[in-house]
Amino acid sequence: MIVGAIVVIFAFFSLTAEVFAQDAGQSIIGQLRADDADGNKQPVVGVTLTVDGVGDGVSDEEGKWEIPVDSAGTYTISIDPSTLPEGISLKDADRASLDVLVEANKDKRALFSLVSGDAPVEEKTSGGVSTRRVAQLTVEGLKQGLYLAMAAIGLSLIFGTTGLVNFAHAELVTWGQLCTFLFNAYGFAGFIGWLAPLPPPFGDGVNLIVAAIFGMVGGALMGYFLDRFMFRRFRKRGLSLIAQMVITIGLSIFMRYIFVYNFGGSPRSFKDYSAQTAWTIWKVDITPKDFAAMVISLAALLAVGFLLNFTRIGKAMRAVADNRDLAESSGIDVNRVISVVWLAGGALAALGGVFFGLDQIKWDFGFRILLLIFAAVTLGGLGTAYGALIGALVTGLVINLATLWIDVELKNMIAMLVMVLILMFRPQGILGQPERIG
Amino acid sequence: MNWESILTQTFSQGFGTQAVVFALAAIGLNIHFGYTGLLNFGQVGYMAAGAYGLGMTVYWLDQSFWLGIVMGIIYCLVLTLVLGIPTLRLRADYLGIATIAASESIRLFVRSRGQRTRTGASEGINDFADPFFDLNIFNKPGSQSYRFFYWEYRAGDLWVMLIGWTVVALCLLITWQLMRSPWGRVLKAIREDEDAARALGKNAYAYKLQALALGGVIGGLAGMFQVIRTQSVQPDTFNPTITFMIWAVLIIGGVARIWSPVVGAMIFWAAISGLEAFLRELIRSDWELFGDTIGVHAERFLNLTVQNVSQVKFMVFGMTLMLLMRFRPQGIFGSREEMALDDR
Repeated sequence: MIVGAIVVIFAFFSLTAEVFAQDAGQSIIGQLRADDADGNKQPVVGVTLTVDGVGDGVSDEEGKWEIPVDSAGTYTISIDPSTLPEGISLKDADRASLDVLVEANKDKRALFSLVSGDAPVEEKTSGGVSTRRVAQLTVEGLKQGLYLAMAAIGLSLIFGTTGLVNFAHAELVTWGQLCTFLFNAYGFAGFIGWLAPLPPPFGDGVNLIVAAIFGMVGGALMGYFLDRFMFRRFRKRGLSLIAQMVITIGLSIFMRYIFVYNFGGSPRSFKDYSAQTAWTIWKVDITPKDFAAMVISLAALLAVGFLLNFTRIGKAMRAVADNRDLAESSGIDVNRVISVVWLAGGALAALGGVFFGLDQIKWDFGFRILLLIFAAVTLGGLGTAYGALIGALVTGLVINLATLWIDVELKNMIAMLVMVLILMFRPQGILGQPERIG
Repeated sequence: MNWESILTQTFSQGFGTQAVVFALAAIGLNIHFGYTGLLNFGQVGYMAAGAYGLGMTVYWLDQSFWLGIVMGIIYCLVLTLVLGIPTLRLRADYLGIATIAASESIRLFVRSRGQRTRTGASEGINDFADPFFDLNIFNKPGSQSYRFFYWEYRAGDLWVMLIGWTVVALCLLITWQLMRSPWGRVLKAIREDEDAARALGKNAYAYKLQALALGGVIGGLAGMFQVIRTQSVQPDTFNPTITFMIWAVLIIGGVARIWSPVVGAMIFWAAISGLEAFLRELIRSDWELFGDTIGVHAERFLNLTVQNVSQVKFMVFGMTLMLLMRFRPQGIFGSREEMALDDR
């Protein structure tokens, strides 16, 4: 049964492969902005930039510029300081020209920092604590926390209802990303070469919002499928939870390498909304897409809360999580409840993956946040949905605010340390019921 | 189709330096999971501790290589205290999460820029093991490669293998003697029923900590061989996938059996390298099917090329782990009764 299922995925993906190999060239891109008197970022228009031996470009009314290059390689790009508007200068005069490494089929962003002559020059030291940074990092933390929560709730509910720690849950996040990318870039069938000429939504990509809905459906189906054809059978056979856990590890590795095999190792981004100008609200820069994604994830999480509290199936879920035998003997169809949990968990993980994917889509993205998801669910209390939500928000906030004092590279480590600390002092998590877990 | 090259790959890798590393790491994990029932998903953390104990002593402290080996062992013992004291009281699944988190924290820490002067950050530490290779008895003028039937090794690898398999043999001997001693019987008792062991007056926590330290030090030795064989300490070699490979090695051989880590490591590396070599040769071969070579078909229908053939082995590895756990969790030699698979 596992084999049959795998063959289907493999066949599906092997079709997509040839499309990913070809793409539409590469450019060096960027956006020029500087602070105005009020400290708001304003685009800098009409500046000339030159790539040695290739050509030049001028920044448009949003400050954006783009210079296409023919092939991958290292290029030298320079900005012409004489075309900068009055009162605006390069922050670091030595950095008027940069060497950039362009990879094939990928746009490379080159960054020139500009300052306004009369604007106060903000000292950007790694340890500096300013209101602006705290506000910005809080928003970043909330954002990451909300997205994490989408992935964590599924993991936590699956643990609650079946006792299984699902290491492959992160691959559901990646799966959601990749499905959405596929629909967004190629439509339903565009990845099969000879169907590509069909009109959208069949041969050509659909809008990201539509694609995300299909991505969620894909995630839900994958979740359902994993339960129906793998874990339900294992439960029926009485396979121990530790054995099932090792199976999820195998599954995680297997899926990850299916992804990289068919998707390639380099990161991608969605077709729509890829380069947006950030809004500045009070002291915080946030792009409209991130703002929308935060609102949607909040709504999705509220919907989950509503589902758990007020619907029959939600109550059944909580009953199964509370005491499986008691729930079964009071007439709840436990397998159906578990199926719904996997379905919903898969869909939420996929949506989380899409939101994370607004920054970057990569074959091992899920695996890289797996331990953050674990940190979130352990922090909140394994098996509780609200705990996962709170745990995820705390994780997101802690790791982002920690970068006020520590190196950004170490922020994921902070999450693990917090997790180990909580396991020492309150092993059941913030919202978990005290029970013997030690 | 070059069968000789495939067989050479299979046999050489099956007994090669990689197999030494994984055999040692799996002996350590066998003490943790097989005999004591500790669900350690962070064995690679111990490998990193051993490797960096050695590498940092040479690179940062500028001391001798041999002191580095002692330091590696000390690092492993320190890691045992840091990891064991907070987490050993936890139930199996929590312990698994905590250990994988710890091993990943170590990797993130040593590769961070701030540690550049101590650990070499993401570039790692290179060419630190010359004192070890200076003693190589296989060095000879001219060709540096030895060949015996299907086994082919460079002189340096042969030296690592000689010392490595000797250390493996010693570790097996120690494990064998310890596990039939009263101390080992207490470990097994803890695996079977921790409460019962406690009721008999055994300090289960202390025994678990000792088992963690012993298995961890052996894991640290594995890490040292890993970095000696490549003459390079790279942070990203110590990623969680390595832990899972060690698990696969242990489960293939069979849990709670003395010989299983060695047999498992040999089978694992022979199979993985043999498979990769076979696929490579298959793609390159001039066999024809319906007018095209196999390689053309593979690229057309499966997008399988020489570039991504190495990913296939990881798929097979993941699949193997799943199928083994489903159909034969006790592996080749193990017995099902001795597996600590209850959720305790």
